[in-house]
Amino acid sequence: MMEDLVSIHMELRQFYGPEDSSSLQWMRWEGLEVLPSELKKIALGADCEELGAWMPLYSAVDVKDCMRKVQTLKYAEEACYNGTLVIKAFSSGLEIGTCNWTINGPKRNIAYISSSIFVSTHAMDFNFLGLQGNDLIIFSDFSTLDTTENMENDNTYCDPAASSNASDDLYNLEEIAASLLKDDESMEEMEKLAFICTCAFDSVRAGGSVLVPIDRLGIVLCLLEQMSLLLESSSLKVPIYIISSVAEELLAFTNIIPEWLCKQRQEKLFSGEPLFAHVKLIKERKIHVFPAVHSVELLTNWQEPCVVFCPHWSLRLGPVVHLLRYWCSDPNSLLILESGDDANLALLPFKPMAMKVLQCSFLSGISLQKVQPLLKALQPKLLLFPKDLRCKIQISEANTIIHYSENETLCMPSSKESTEIYIATDLASQFHWKTLKQETVTRLDGELFMDQGKHRLLSGFRQADSKQHRPLLHWGSPDLKRLLTELSKMGITGTLKKNMDSAESKNAAGIIDIDDPEKALIDVRETGTVIITADENLASHIFKAIDIVLDGI
Amino acid sequence: MAIDCLVLGAGQEVGKSCMVVSINGKRIMFDCGMHMGYTDSRRYPDFSLISKNGDFDNALTCVIVTHFHLDHIGALPYFTEVCGYKGPIYMTYPTKALAPLMLEDYRKNMDRRGEDEQFTSDHIAECMKKVIPVDLKQTVQVDKDLQIRAYYAGHVIGAAMFYAKVGDAAMVYTGDYNMTPDRHLGAAQIDRLQLDLLITESTYATTIRDSRYGREREFLKAVHNCVAAGGKVLIPTFALGRAQELCILLEDYWERMNLKVPIYFSAGLTIQANMYYKMLINWTSQKIKETYATHNAFDFKNVRNFDRSLINAPGPCVLFATPGMIVGGFSLEVFMQWAPSENNLVTLPGYCVAGTIGHKLMSGKPTKIDLDKDTQINVRCQIHQLSFSPHTDAKGIMDLVKFLSPKHAILVHGEKPKMATLKERIQSELGIQCYCPANNETVTIPSTHYVKADASGTFIRSCLNPNFKFSTCSSTDKSYLDSNKSKAVSRLSVSDDRATEGILVVEKGKKAKVIHQDEFLHMLGEKKHEIQFAYCFPMHMARTEDLSSTSHMLCSFDKCTLISRLSMILSDELSEGNILDLGEELQVESFHVSVCSSDNCPHRLSSSLQNGSESVFFCCHWSVADEKLAWKIISIMKNSTL
Repeated sequence: MMEDLVSIHMELRQFYGPEDSSSLQWMRWEGLEVLPSELKKIALGADCEELGAWMPLYSAVDVKDCMRKVQTLKYAEEACYNGTLVIKAFSSGLEIGTCNWTINGPKRNIAYISSSIFVSTHAMDFNFLGLQGNDLIIFSDFSTLDTTENMENDNTYCDPAASSNASDDLYNLEEIAASLLKDDESMEEMEKLAFICTCAFDSVRAGGSVLVPIDRLGIVLCLLEQMSLLLESSSLKVPIYIISSVAEELLAFTNIIPEWLCKQRQEKLFSGEPLFAHVKLIKERKIHVFPAVHSVELLTNWQEPCVVFCPHWSLRLGPVVHLLRYWCSDPNSLLILESGDDANLALLPFKPMAMKVLQCSFLSGISLQKVQPLLKALQPKLLLFPKDLRCKIQISEANTIIHYSENETLCMPSSKESTEIYIATDLASQFHWKTLKQETVTRLDGELFMDQGKHRLLSGFRQADSKQHRPLLHWGSPDLKRLLTELSKMGITGTLKKNMDSAESKNAAGIIDIDDPEKALIDVRETGTVIITADENLASHIFKAIDIVLDGI
Repeated sequence: MAIDCLVLGAGQEVGKSCMVVSINGKRIMFDCGMHMGYTDSRRYPDFSLISKNGDFDNALTCVIVTHFHLDHIGALPYFTEVCGYKGPIYMTYPTKALAPLMLEDYRKNMDRRGEDEQFTSDHIAECMKKVIPVDLKQTVQVDKDLQIRAYYAGHVIGAAMFYAKVGDAAMVYTGDYNMTPDRHLGAAQIDRLQLDLLITESTYATTIRDSRYGREREFLKAVHNCVAAGGKVLIPTFALGRAQELCILLEDYWERMNLKVPIYFSAGLTIQANMYYKMLINWTSQKIKETYATHNAFDFKNVRNFDRSLINAPGPCVLFATPGMIVGGFSLEVFMQWAPSENNLVTLPGYCVAGTIGHKLMSGKPTKIDLDKDTQINVRCQIHQLSFSPHTDAKGIMDLVKFLSPKHAILVHGEKPKMATLKERIQSELGIQCYCPANNETVTIPSTHYVKADASGTFIRSCLNPNFKFSTCSSTDKSYLDSNKSKAVSRLSVSDDRATEGILVVEKGKKAKVIHQDEFLHMLGEKKHEIQFAYCFPMHMARTEDLSSTSHMLCSFDKCTLISRLSMILSDELSEGNILDLGEELQVESFHVSVCSSDNCPHRLSSSLQNGSESVFFCCHWSVADEKLAWKIISIMKNSTL
């Protein structure tokens, strides 16, 4: 789709502008720099959102380079970043491949909900159950922002089953899920498509042509199916043209991705039928696909009235511009637009228009009355909700709601204080435990792994000789008399020489002079002991003796 | 806790793959296949071993099928529709799409052989409705505790290895797989996983194969020679998999050689299958995938449907006929007609199950085959055995086992003596406990569990900083390609003692806690008592001329010279430890050594200076962690001369 945008933009530049993309001098607005500051502010916009926000379009090479950096994932595939974060995508139902994300880390589980549709006519349904078990939800579906719907007093919410349930305070996930998945919305969408098709049909019957510059792939695919069905059922022989540089590839692609489609489409795979009807229709030459409006095949095949699907919805770029100019004075022809920001502005260059215009809005997110039950099903501890939607709906399902708005950083309170560590039991059973006054302690062993957001302590691949257990940390102070006894048990004899400097201190500090079996010195002080000997064996025996009289780990 | 594996099929044999694994209270059946070599009750796994009273829904959590070959899925409709299992069944999208074709084709052929039909067309359709399709790498939550995931296995389209995890225990069941890409599929791919158990196929437990291209050429030459001489080529295959692979191969060859000899598919089945293949092109190899928009590789130009009337039509042709291995049905019908002529050719796959005609043709060169007591077939045609196979070879199996490094491995789907050889190799070369159980045996292995503890921030932070120790150790490395030769190699080993700085504290009634050793004493309210070793001793000097007159008055420059000389000696002789030259001091881990100029050094045991000016005293101290290293350094120092 980005390539298509680049190619139609290129075409536009061939007609109207410099072909060389590097010479976009004018876009730096050097002329504006010399304007007085007040004027400049008006021209650039307060936050540079007017002329100041203009940017050159990326190139085909940029698209390729960018896509090379993208790691693709399947739905519910785990991508582990740095061993710490497990990132997963779940279908959102809006379009083929659209998704919501979950990020699981050692300290918090986050779900991000974008515009989602519960039951889709083509793409895999909104998998909201996959988003369960996350303590923080970022709600980011702004599709209802421009609607006039309002949910402030919950009066419009008239599902008696669910509301009585809410008062019972009974949490019944299955029931909520069933009510969310009631496919009244998708029925409504299908009806809309049927209505569009009948309008189109009326136009072609009257001898006019139909122009559809809608860019939503799923809607285009469904319209293709329904429209050709309708045309087939009549005696009218009206061709359907698709004009786009990427249409052929896109149509071929939509037929090899059963894993990304809704249940009904997947059933087609299992019964050996093509996933979308356009495969058959292209073969039967009912749908014709052309890369550009000036393709030779198009010119030789062209036949009116006809139905044309082509970009771009802005009506400023692509084949639609030519066709709109051609048909705008024909009162029998029909233009089908998705209602957007300002249709008036979009149609301005083509006025006065005799052509009929049909504006339709399609479902493009979670409807307001489904937000509350959805959050009830997901049970987040913490909810981040857009400030802009606050006046539309009152949320009561989350423990804490924090409202967010653009360009504002929020700090979330931490949910878990300490990090958990998972110790393999086969390793733990080899630990050398030591009982102190209140607690049992042991030094850890093995190797610590950070994997799938979990700290795991596993037995490492160590050589056998390092298995020898030696306390590395000691505390307290040794009793010299006991030390001498322990030494003599080992067959080591020595005499105690009181150290004059520390004679006054209570703790026994001093030097033990060993002469059997070898010469050695043990210099015991308050904070440490030094073993001085030339014999490895003796050194280790003395260490053992000190270890016995001291506490160590 | 343990993992129990009950082998219901493919134990020490190939056929009716079926393994029931109990793992942390969940019970999963992997594959539900049939044996092509039997027509009696031995054809299906003995399901009564799963549940005496036939309540399979409670006895099993789910069934997972790896791919659509009959020896992996053939008993599934029987198990669900006749035995009554109603629980969830998982398989990949292509398997779900193509399995009914395989089953239906088999059922029809069995009809013709006049056997008891064990399941009907409706059974197949009802059975497939229970199947939940999965995508590769998609993590499926079967229930609260059981997670499964499919990985690409090559072998046939949609074939998958399955990973299953319950709590802390995890395992992989490979099904059949191929570690090298073929004409239409990629090689098996899997993540590095922490596994308690790997159950792997071992069809080619001892074979090592070279490149497949030479073998493909052999096949093409045999086919070309036969059709050039006007002969007919019979390729008995199952409807899916091998048929498409060979067809891509032939199609390509036909184009290149500009051949016009017709290629037929029997009964239109494979042509219908190609429709599925076209939609499932994402599951094929990268090379084929890339061409989907312009030309779908499964749009065969030279392929036609075969009609029974063409069997005795004159002229050469190539025919793909089902079922494979000439088990019966149409391929047998054609074989009976074509086998008596020496002009004709029959190609057989690398592996045929014992008991099939294919197996008989491959073992020796029979001139006559007795079909039953009344029918005898004269065999004069040429036989070509395909020597490329969609199964991994022994090297591939070893590579996979080594890569996954599971705690235990179980071999299935192979021949008993070869499996025993492979088992020995896995145990001796990889040090992994390995089993090859027979049918209806149960193998029990222990599984991993974890205990949870809270870790302090200090410990976690200290673990973020690497604390590597490098050492060279020599070990005997047995190369598994040639296990007789072993050579000693010296290699750098890296150890990291981060974890050992942690201390686990368990207090009654409180959650276990891991803290850093520095925090530990503070917690106890005690003071550290450090135990050190020290030793000050003389070292021989070779020449003292260039140093100042006596060792008593060494200036700092001379000390540095001595230390750097010592450093050189140590770095030559010491294989481990990181030697740091700090000017007047040398440090190896906690071992410190410096030139001692004090006659009254408390670390000296005898103050008498032997050999006077020819030696100089070095004072060393170290802590217990580096005890071994310290004594090694001291012995090096005592035995060398500066």
